Amino acid sequence: MIPLSYFIILSLVLFVLGIIAFFIRKDLITQFLSVEIMLNAANLAFITFSKSASALDGQIIVFFVITVAAAEVAIGLAIILLIYRQKKSIKTEDIKSMKG
Amino acid sequence: MAYFLFFLLSVVCVAAVLGMIISKNQAYSALFVILAFTCTGGFFALLDAPFIAVIQIIIYAGAIMVLFIFVIMMVDVHKGIAPEKKKWTPVFASGIAVVLLIELIIALKMAFNPLNTSSSQTIGNPSDLGHLLFTKYLYPFEITSILIITALVGAIILVKKKEKE
Repeated sequence: MIPLSYFIILSLVLFVLGIIAFFIRKDLITQFLSVEIMLNAANLAFITFSKSASALDGQIIVFFVITVAAAEVAIGLAIILLIYRQKKSIKTEDIKSMKG
Repeated sequence: MAYFLFFLLSVVCVAAVLGMIISKNQAYSALFVILAFTCTGGFFALLDAPFIAVIQIIIYAGAIMVLFIFVIMMVDVHKGIAPEKKKWTPVFASGIAVVLLIELIIALKMAFNPLNTSSSQTIGNPSDLGHLLFTKYLYPFEITSILIITALVGAIILVKKKEKE
């Protein structure tokens, strides 16, 4: 049996890699992808604790997180498309003005 | 065998995320993330959650990433790649993130010891999961369906072009 702490450390590493990707990359789509990676790391931690507690509730929460992530991706990509139509760019440094 | 699978999957997963950070083309980034999500599905299967593993691969690596790839096809990829003006930003971000990782591991160190005394009984049977979903978590389940409908309608209304133009 693999020690469950390995999974927790892996999920921490994935989360931190997501944070690094969010700060290094300067385009909206890749930043959004890194947010998804952070959500996945949280899901992995949830499943690990669910296994450790022998309770199914963690898996149910992961199910909800996945559905909410699907809704979030639909809305977020729609917003990215709107920004692209207005600014003709998806770089973060081009988005400076409010009420643009 | 399980150890071999775990280390193989974790190496592939971390390498895929690194590839996503490094690759300059957003389409390649999305494909790397699909690989990473599939590996995460493998971890879920290793952790006695077969239903969540299948959902992860079908919904995350399938449906959500197809949405991403459609949007990448719609926007101009070459305009999205930012020239690296500030060289110190990646170094600074990586340093801060490594500090955060060490901090998180130290903070969670107390939680590691009771984790390892887990029983080896199998949980995550899909029928148990469905039973729990429709009894204890019935209201969150219904609210999620309303959320999905709202997101769908909202996305369509946001992206729809105006009639006048």
